[in-house]
Amino acid sequence: MAYSDKVIDHYENPRNVGSLDKESSDVGTGVVGAPECGDVMKLQVQIEEGVIIDAKFKTFGCGSAIASSSLATEWLKGKTVEEATAIRNVDIVEELALPPVKIHCSVLAEDAIKQAISDYESKQNND
Amino acid sequence: MTTDVKQIYLDYQATTPVDERVLEAMLPYFSDKCGNAASRNHKFGWDAEKATQSARETIASGLNAKAREIAFTSGATESNNLAILGVAKMYAAKGKHLITCSTEHKAVLDPMAALQNEGYEVTVLDVDSNGHVDLNELRNAIREDTVLVSLMMANNEIGTIHPVKAIGDICHDNGVLFHTDATQAVGKELIDVQEMNIDLLSGSAHKMYGPKGVGFLYVRRRNPRVRLEPIFHGGGHERGIRSGTLNVPGIVGMAKAFDICLAERDEDHQRISALRDSLQTQLAAELTHLSINGDENNRLACSLNISFAFVEGESMLMGMSGIAVSSGSACTSASLEPSYVLRAMGVGDDLAHSSIRFSLGRFTTQQEVNRAAELTISTVKRLRDMSPLYEMALEGIDLATVSWGTH
Ligand SMILES: Cc1ncc(COP(=O)(O)O)c(C=O)c1O
Repeated sequence: MAYSDKVIDHYENPRNVGSLDKESSDVGTGVVGAPECGDVMKLQVQIEEGVIIDAKFKTFGCGSAIASSSLATEWLKGKTVEEATAIRNVDIVEELALPPVKIHCSVLAEDAIKQAISDYESKQNND
Repeated sequence: MTTDVKQIYLDYQATTPVDERVLEAMLPYFSDKCGNAASRNHKFGWDAEKATQSARETIASGLNAKAREIAFTSGATESNNLAILGVAKMYAAKGKHLITCSTEHKAVLDPMAALQNEGYEVTVLDVDSNGHVDLNELRNAIREDTVLVSLMMANNEIGTIHPVKAIGDICHDNGVLFHTDATQAVGKELIDVQEMNIDLLSGSAHKMYGPKGVGFLYVRRRNPRVRLEPIFHGGGHERGIRSGTLNVPGIVGMAKAFDICLAERDEDHQRISALRDSLQTQLAAELTHLSINGDENNRLACSLNISFAFVEGESMLMGMSGIAVSSGSACTSASLEPSYVLRAMGVGDDLAHSSIRFSLGRFTTQQEVNRAAELTISTVKRLRDMSPLYEMALEGIDLATVSWGTH
């Protein structure tokens, strides 16, 4: 399979790999996918006054899954929560030039963003 | 991607390069010796016939068979189809039940499935975690109306070698024909169709340093005499079993390739298994959470199939660019399912997605093995550092107990 240059770049130089403290009240964590399906993405955001000040990911999956989550973290930083929830998987598909068989990777990334933000929001509501 | 870096080929179970000595033997048959082996009235034809006859003898003697028991085909896919469909149709009056196992190549499983659609019954035996069938289960699966057992000699994904002689004996004792897809074993393992009670055997040139698109089917002529309904209808070549002008250069090449394999078998076997063991040892010394797929005590010398837990196969292949290997991950193939062979052995889908098949061969060097080990180790380490599963495992979370969302 031929990869786009952007996928290769994210695979070789992934942005924002790592973990934030998932217990912290200003951190939201999303874990999506399943090992049996060949992809698991963990995406975390740290939010201050409605703005994402940090984002990290760890991904088990193919190069396109790694690139999708890496790109997502890059996009998330500096965005408001509202802007972040507006990110669509098609934006990722377009940016990375993902072929049809890899579209599910972008869907996972979108799901991970949504889950991370809703995890953060539920923490706020519980406070 | 980079093409200037020297590529390392560790995918010999997919196909092998043509040995130069094989190519040399083939060349005249493309030009000077261009005859059709079926042309009976000139020297070109006679020479071609002589060359194919000599090839038939070479192949037969390497299997302890007779020359007239070898039919040339376009490869093992055709040989398997001819054996399975040919026996099933010829013996339909005797019975319509066949037996095979879940880890066979698609070139066996698909003709079996085609027969099922035509009203035949097929028993697909399960395998254990090493890829072996239970011989008692085989014995019990044989019925009054069973006409054929088809079980491969060596598996193409995991290298597990079946106990072919024991299987042949069971079939023989029960009066059932035994076909073995020996594509991965021909030229590598000792084969004796008499001692092993094999009635039909498929082989392919391109897995033993010969050209692609040529193979053979051994069909027993005595005790019992096996008869086949042909698939191709035409000029009645190959005793009517397989019509079509013989691929003379291909057949000459296949025989030469087999001849070299037989002559150098012990040496190749020793060197290649030492290299394979070196690769396995180097990986195991640097990486935790590895599992070897296949029967380590009964495995092709060239074969090393490993699951690297917590990293996905395709992402590994990307990191190991420059090293040609195969992965059992679905992401590398058109299907969405990971390897059905690993699944049949009870390897979980997660570990199937994490599997890599290294297969070594005649031209593999220690330097190549070292380089492959080094790149594999650094890639796995790098990917584990970014794997949420590895992180969870280090935290002591049992991944099997996590409830994963669906997608
Ligand atoms: C076990 C086995 N059977 C059959 C085949 C098909 O052989 P061919 O490529 O000659 O059709 C292969 C090779 O892919 C194989 O490994």
